Amino acid sequence: MAEQFKLITKHLDEPGFSPDIECYLQHGGYAALRKAVASPSRELADGKKLSPQEVLREDVKASGLRGRGGAGFSAGLKWSFVDRRSGKPIYLICNADESEPGTFKDRQILHRDPHQLIEGMILSCWANDVKLAYIYIRGEMPEGARLLNVALKEARSKGFLGKNILGTGYDLEIHVHRGAGAYICGEETGLIESLEGKRAYPRIKPPYFPAILGLYMCPTIVNNVETLCHVTHIVNMGAAEYAKLGTPNNTGTRIVSLSGDINRPGYYEIEVGKVTLGQLIHDSNFGGGLKPGRSLKAIIPGGSSSKVLKAGEVFKLNRKGPDGQMSKIDVPMLDLPYDFDSLQQAGTMSGSSAVIVLDDSRSMVKTLGNLSEFYAHESCGQCTPCREGALWLAKATHRLTHGEGRKEDTAYLAHIAQNIQGRTICAFGEAAAWPVLSFVKKFKDEFDAQGAADEAARAKGAQPTHRPSPVGTLNPH
Amino acid sequence: MSFSVPSSLEAELDELTTHYPVKRSASLMFLHALQEHFGYISKEAMEWTASKLELQPINVFELVTFYPMFRQEPLGKTHIKVCRTLSCALQGSAELREQFCKRLGLDSQAHTAQTTPDGKFTVEFVECLASCGTAPVVLVNESLYQMVSPAAADEILRKGNLK
Ligand SMILES: Cc1cc2nc3c(=O)[nH]c(=O)nc-3n(C[C@H](O)[C@H](O)[C@H](O)COP(=O)(O)O)c2cc1C
Ligand code: SF4
Ligand code: FES
Repeated sequence: MAEQFKLITKHLDEPGFSPDIECYLQHGGYAALRKAVASPSRELADGKKLSPQEVLREDVKASGLRGRGGAGFSAGLKWSFVDRRSGKPIYLICNADESEPGTFKDRQILHRDPHQLIEGMILSCWANDVKLAYIYIRGEMPEGARLLNVALKEARSKGFLGKNILGTGYDLEIHVHRGAGAYICGEETGLIESLEGKRAYPRIKPPYFPAILGLYMCPTIVNNVETLCHVTHIVNMGAAEYAKLGTPNNTGTRIVSLSGDINRPGYYEIEVGKVTLGQLIHDSNFGGGLKPGRSLKAIIPGGSSSKVLKAGEVFKLNRKGPDGQMSKIDVPMLDLPYDFDSLQQAGTMSGSSAVIVLDDSRSMVKTLGNLSEFYAHESCGQCTPCREGALWLAKATHRLTHGEGRKEDTAYLAHIAQNIQGRTICAFGEAAAWPVLSFVKKFKDEFDAQGAADEAARAKGAQPTHRPSPVGTLNPH
Repeated sequence: MSFSVPSSLEAELDELTTHYPVKRSASLMFLHALQEHFGYISKEAMEWTASKLELQPINVFELVTFYPMFRQEPLGKTHIKVCRTLSCALQGSAELREQFCKRLGLDSQAHTAQTTPDGKFTVEFVECLASCGTAPVVLVNESLYQMVSPAAADEILRKGNLK
């Protein structure tokens, strides 16, 4: 049976484990920081010498760590893009905006083990010559912000933070900055604008790559909460040991947020790629299966922005055979290993590692209606295709869920979504379009039938169920 | 009524300003603190923030209108935010909101935040609160309630009535 592998979440649910620094220290806290700052420089084969900081940067690269915030980009590579010659200060921001629907993993770390994040941040800042860093936490987590402030104060009083950290001469300050309820603040350049005290309007890339022109137009690293926590474990374990966790190119562990129609919703940490989607849903160690008498209809595998998977789908995945040759093999949806690459090859993404399960009692039309409402509400409004398109998508799905559907709505939805993706400043455009494109493609019959049924009912004189609010109940009864 | 910020709060905000190399960055933190103190963000509060941070009032106003958590009029003492998004909707958050509205005599079809005439309660639908595994969730002022049953919802109202 598949098992959890608890690296980041090791102590979270232990009775007696508390967010204060004494508890963290008793559990080996800040040992990684002591180890890193005391580590020697490294001599390379070609005679080049790496400073201890460069060693950690190389180790993060060698660990294979990929960003846990959504895009799965190599953390080490991201750090290597930082412009170190500009003479400007380098900033680091921890993205604790956690607002991708379905995702609730960072919340656990922030509220129960804030020092694990802070240690990871101090290490990451030290490795990148950062003197000033921020934790951007979403506004709806006031308790998390309070806990972080207490934890930062404790870290300062112990000499892990502030001036002359552990006697090394290295200075670092970390401050907590609160968002105020806008999803787009999770997008890294929107986050930077927000931290500058402006509306969270994402910046266009190029030229505004954070590594070069980030916060205050200075080189900036933005990493997710969970990503930064992993740095602590890479130091503790050593990069090579860490890289043995998980699967090639998908190393380490990942916290999966499981919700929807399953018996045991919750967060589960797994070795990346060592557990399949089917195990996540059905194993008694994980989701514990569906409600009695229900069967699986669909899975949203990586947060609401990822493309939906339909029960029974089979994917062609690239796999290395015993002879070392790459070949395509058929993998049924439930056998997909939960990792970055497999889900990408299945045409979707692991995104923020939030799995939302839908059983056969659910209407895909209503489900999409709920999601489209989210994107219409959260578009920042800078780009016309996104601002107008997201609203049209919500209006069209609203029609379909309130007796006003039309036969052509399936095609209409796809048409709008296609005109958003690739035409916007930030990836929110894709995030709004992908659910729509995948829903209407994979569940076309359901959308067509709804439109046709509405038309037939109206022909017989039925009145649309007018509701001023486009929020509909999703429950089948 | 003249607008005045207590000196202890002003000192707190002055300290916050030192967290940033550029003063403007402190805007959101200012607005949070002022809203917490006054219950909402008035025109005077925006002007005060602007002058403290050496900005134009419009620079602050455009934040208040952009970020959903900021409000320009006082809301109920008990502010109930029901999560509207998918995982919570699957567990009946729409019904939950309807229950709150019905009990309080508010319009459950309305699009925006609804406040009772006695100023005791505000009910609002908000987007995913990052606690989808314990759906449906409700944020009451600063406390998160998870797996909220109809009975638990009534308990929230009972507590609010005592305030
Ligand atoms: C619309 C949108 C919303 C996002 N929301 C979040 C979020 O809430 N938390 C997060 O860590 N990353 C979020 N991201 C991804 C960030 O832009 C960024 O890639 C990430 O924080 C980088 O950290 P990582 O490399 O450690 O994953 C979002 C991206 C987009 C396009
Ligand atoms: S794609 Fe949407 S969210 Fe992103 S910048 Fe454009 S309007 Fe804003
Ligand atoms: S959907 Fe309600 S907390 Fe995420």
